[in-house]
Amino acid sequence: MRTYLDFEEPIKELHEQLEKTKEIQEKSKVDVKTLTSDLVQKIEQTTKDIFASLTPWQRVQLSRHPQRPYTLGYINAMTEEFIELHGDRNFGDDHAMVGGLGMLNGRSVMFIGQQKGINTKMRQYRNFGMANPEGYRKALRLMKMAEKFDIPVVTLIDTPGAFPGLEAEERGQGEAIAKNLMEMVKLRVPVICVIIGEGASGGALGIGIGDQVVMLENSWYSVISPENCSTILWRNWDHKIEAADALKLTSMDMLNNKLIDGVISEPLGGAHADPEGMFEILKKELTERIDTLEKIDPEKRIKNRIKKFSAMGEFQ
Amino acid sequence: MGWFKRIKSGITTKSKDKKEIPEGLWYKCPSCKHVATSEEQEKLLWVCEGCGHHERIGSEEYFSILFDNNEFKELNPRMVSGDPLVFTDTKAYPDRLAKSQAATGLKDAIRTAYGPIDGQNAVVACMDFRFIGGSMGSVVGEKIARGIDYAIKNECPFICLSKSGGARMMEAGFSLMQMAKTSAKLTQLADAKLPYISILTDPTTGGVTASFAMLGDLNIAEPKALIGFAGPRVVKETIGKDLPEGFQRSEFVRDHGFLDYIVERSKLKSQLSLSLKMLRKTN
Ligand SMILES: [Zn+2]
Repeated sequence: MRTYLDFEEPIKELHEQLEKTKEIQEKSKVDVKTLTSDLVQKIEQTTKDIFASLTPWQRVQLSRHPQRPYTLGYINAMTEEFIELHGDRNFGDDHAMVGGLGMLNGRSVMFIGQQKGINTKMRQYRNFGMANPEGYRKALRLMKMAEKFDIPVVTLIDTPGAFPGLEAEERGQGEAIAKNLMEMVKLRVPVICVIIGEGASGGALGIGIGDQVVMLENSWYSVISPENCSTILWRNWDHKIEAADALKLTSMDMLNNKLIDGVISEPLGGAHADPEGMFEILKKELTERIDTLEKIDPEKRIKNRIKKFSAMGEFQ
Repeated sequence: MGWFKRIKSGITTKSKDKKEIPEGLWYKCPSCKHVATSEEQEKLLWVCEGCGHHERIGSEEYFSILFDNNEFKELNPRMVSGDPLVFTDTKAYPDRLAKSQAATGLKDAIRTAYGPIDGQNAVVACMDFRFIGGSMGSVVGEKIARGIDYAIKNECPFICLSKSGGARMMEAGFSLMQMAKTSAKLTQLADAKLPYISILTDPTTGGVTASFAMLGDLNIAEPKALIGFAGPRVVKETIGKDLPEGFQRSEFVRDHGFLDYIVERSKLKSQLSLSLKMLRKTN
């Protein structure tokens, strides 16, 4: 059963009509071909109309859609082979941060990303995609391994934030993220970071330093979630829609502000409406981008990375 | 030639004369209620004589504590933030900036300066909590970046005193990327084999902790400073229990392995300069 967001209501109604029409056809053998194709066309047009003018808050909703694909979904669909690698070799294995070696069009790639759960039980197991320090340290371990064997790194970012727990603080959440930032700047292999869903703050950035940082069309990336921004600046949750506008957190806003390198289009209706189509698109994008980056000298890539991030800021 | 070579003349710019403190202004320690005059407090480097409570101070005070004879050259003193997102919450961002500038006499939440510490020149960046909670926006990132460039050019150490509530929400994505920017610049300082000393003061939280504040060759802190990634209120909400005594304080952070040492303000300069001296190879 597909879940529909509030603004997808017209699409839901059309889908229901289409289902009914199909039922009638099966029961009564009445020819409803014209009706069906009309409805299919109408669904496409309505979806186009709705998705042509999404508000920032609606995109935030899409980024959290329960049927939106998650990191392991992408990896399993895009790769011919995948071996998941566990643990930070120090404290434990963080289930909110996954990684491993994947074969992408015959090429080894180190995949790393936050993982959200697909149902209530798994959401707990994955800690809602909120990594602890050992998650960031596991990510770094895998990146350094990739560097050693000259394998490109792809990170898939989807997190409501780094976990703000007591033990996370004891084990140095701040230090773990900080270290990753500095180490990712210096990685000698190509690094591509893709925000596939939620890109919240330091928890996202902790695996987000790359030669190419790109966002899926309906993802968001900012220093804080709209809800928390509303709580702090307006002192309650009621202004999340205004906060989403003010933060300029959509893919197009982030690109226009030169804070990311590209936006990847999603299939019509969003990634959740056609996951297979989304996997196809991302696989093609990653392959092309890795091809391009591999042609650049490692020293030059690092230099470009430093130059790019150093240029970010607005001051007089 | 090394980063330790002594420098020269030209550092004559003095910070503007100290504000006259009106007589009869008393300082009452929030911790032990000990009372002192403002002059006494200044002599004690704003540390309570009764209980050792380290009062929050700003760049003006730290520069006077660290630089010999309070002599230094301020770098990029006029840099101010833009308003890239045309951000408005209950107030427009430029108005918020203007108000904070008027109230504090500061341009933003950080100042950077170059000068001698026990005869050894260094670039010192110091955050000001009074300016929008010491939040990190474009100016904080850019001044740190240029401070690092200056240190590399002059082959001297880079010292940063952190004091921040974290991100500058009104710069959103730009604020976030200052974490990336400062970390990227620190790799250049490291490549030049120049020391980076991070001094964490009360409070250091959020994106500042998760970037340059935790990346020092030495991470040192003043006693009992609040240091963490998530703020204590958020952690408390997450675990649904009261936090243990001393949680996220300097001593706790040191005991968990993230600080090299804790130093009282009265010994800050001498320990800092000794540390810098000993990071230099001797034959
Ligand atoms: Zn006291």
